[in-house]
Amino acid sequence: MNNKTRPNEWYVSNFEKFESKLNGQSESFVHTIRKDAINRLNEMEFPTTRDEEWKYTNVAPLLKNDFLPTYSFENPKINSEDLRKYIFENFECDILVFVNGLFNDELSKVGKLPSGAVVDSLNNVIKNNPDLIKDKFNTLTKVQNAFNALNNAYGVDGAVIFIPDGIILERPIQLVYLGGNGTDKVLSLPRNLIIAGKNAQAKILANYAGYGDVPYFTNTVTEIFADESAIIDYYKTQHENTNSYHIDRTDINQKGKSVFSHTAFSFGGLLVRSDINSELEGEFMECNYYGLNLARENQHVDTHTFVDHAKPNCQSNELYKTILDDKARGVFSGKIMVRQDAQKTNAYQSNKAVLLSKTATIDSKPQLEIYADDVKCSHGATVGSLDEEAYMYIRSRGIPDDLAKSMLIRAFANDVVDNVKIEEVKEQLNHLIFEHLQRVEITDISKY
Amino acid sequence: MIKIKNLHANIDGKEILKGIDLEVKAGEVHAIMGPNGSGKSTLANVLAGNENFEVTEGEVIYEGKELLEMDPDVRAREGVFLAFQYPIEIPGITNATFLKTALNEIRKHKGEEEITAKGFLDLMKQKASILGMDPAMISRAVNVGFSGGEKKKNEIFQMLMLNPKLALLDETDSGLDIDALKVVSEGVNAFRNDKNAVLLVTHYQRLLNYIVPDYVHVLYKGRIIKSGGKDLALELEEKGYDWIKDEQLETESA
Repeated sequence: MNNKTRPNEWYVSNFEKFESKLNGQSESFVHTIRKDAINRLNEMEFPTTRDEEWKYTNVAPLLKNDFLPTYSFENPKINSEDLRKYIFENFECDILVFVNGLFNDELSKVGKLPSGAVVDSLNNVIKNNPDLIKDKFNTLTKVQNAFNALNNAYGVDGAVIFIPDGIILERPIQLVYLGGNGTDKVLSLPRNLIIAGKNAQAKILANYAGYGDVPYFTNTVTEIFADESAIIDYYKTQHENTNSYHIDRTDINQKGKSVFSHTAFSFGGLLVRSDINSELEGEFMECNYYGLNLARENQHVDTHTFVDHAKPNCQSNELYKTILDDKARGVFSGKIMVRQDAQKTNAYQSNKAVLLSKTATIDSKPQLEIYADDVKCSHGATVGSLDEEAYMYIRSRGIPDDLAKSMLIRAFANDVVDNVKIEEVKEQLNHLIFEHLQRVEITDISKY
Repeated sequence: MIKIKNLHANIDGKEILKGIDLEVKAGEVHAIMGPNGSGKSTLANVLAGNENFEVTEGEVIYEGKELLEMDPDVRAREGVFLAFQYPIEIPGITNATFLKTALNEIRKHKGEEEITAKGFLDLMKQKASILGMDPAMISRAVNVGFSGGEKKKNEIFQMLMLNPKLALLDETDSGLDIDALKVVSEGVNAFRNDKNAVLLVTHYQRLLNYIVPDYVHVLYKGRIIKSGGKDLALELEEKGYDWIKDEQLETESA
């Protein structure tokens, strides 16, 4: 099919060289996982459009590149002033910064935390307190495809957030992931782990951004554990360079009475794929997924979700919105599984897309698999253009076409943006919406 | 101010307006009355530029210009305002953002400078007080979570803020209780002066107790079949529309 060697070859053949640069890191328990992953990568093929889960997303253009793994390229020098371009500002938060998957201690800033709480890099935790994470690390994200294997094999660092039982983190945590070095085609492979104990609470903002304009590949894995009655708000923003690749796999395990919300904003990237999977392992819990995917020109943005209801009396709620312009392509696939035991499940899923041009396309695939008989489940998908009645209403006040459309875009995005519980971030997100769609910006002036 | 000549309009290929002639001068209030389906709302919407309606014949001269050739936003900047029968909710856009954007577009069109933050706030407070509205509503999203009555009030508030030359009120009284009706009427009466004009579309005479019109027109099957002074409205209230319909039939058969 392809006279070029398998895309795996490059990564498999470079592994020894990579391993030799790991120094002390090769002693840790993670290294066993690494070695296992490179063997898996050697055995597996990267997905193609013949795989049902990848039917609408062709990763062949991504795989044509031989991306340089960590330690085989120079990371850019970034000072705290440069960093301001990429981060969400004007609110108090702890910050961890990763540049191409490597922790940057100087740019990171973590204030005093409650006793027992840890907000640090994976490497530091492995060095100082491996027992904290040993029984959780890599237990949710079992290698399901070659991208996961690649992350496991070459991933060097990432964020660890550990919140002991009963602890509430007052300040949100901002995790900043910069991809690219401006010269080489590089790999950025963050590996993150969030563990929230019983009754623990936190707000976490994972912020993926691009440095320079040379294509790179962010392939990130995040595992999140929310123990009984924990409340975790996880926000993810992705504004990679529009010529770069972003593949994200996030797995969540929730225990009884916990509330977990995942709110994602996708702006940049040439090819973006996010898989979000939740196991609801307990009763009376709530799982919320919200997302806003924007794409223009030849961008491709794909979100796959899977919510697995294993026990009774849980609620899941998904709302995904997509705005596409030019020749952009969107994909949404949302699967809800309600197992036989999971009586009294409430599961909702809604997927709405607005196409700003005639050449944009979206594929939407909601799937309900229900084995219990006393449940409330619904799903719906709509595709259309901007609301015409509202368009007339706004213009009838003297507001010209371009501003009226921008207002409608802001209105459409609003019920996703509104789920962000950090006020200062909301307006910055609205700014990014207009910046990425290259539309006139509508800023809110009501707060004098 | 506005002169409508032989105006015909369709929606989905069906003719709704079948030759409207009407002139409204500055300082006047005209009431358009008529049974359901007679074309009252269509007239207001066509004048505002609603693109769901297709004008097939006729012309409208507004302040010496061809109104029908302007886009809806241009009409608004030229001073035409439509208070919607069913105001639209716009989540994520606050009343402040909405109105300040609109106001500045109108000012720019007139060659005026943008309004200052303080100027806007003062204007907003002054206009809100006429309608007894809580100025805090300015930071709420446009019409989101507003009751039917609040939405109608908000239309009149927008009218006061934007201060148009020609206000088209499309069944602003429908769904209002008597107290809200009085407040809305006070707003319209505060707006009236000898340089602007109001064309109000209503099904009931009730509103005209509070906003006294100079002229009343009866619209029936897409045509104005009777015009008169404010007493005509009272006569309609008393006798209903049937006597005019009968009169019309007699004229047609004569």
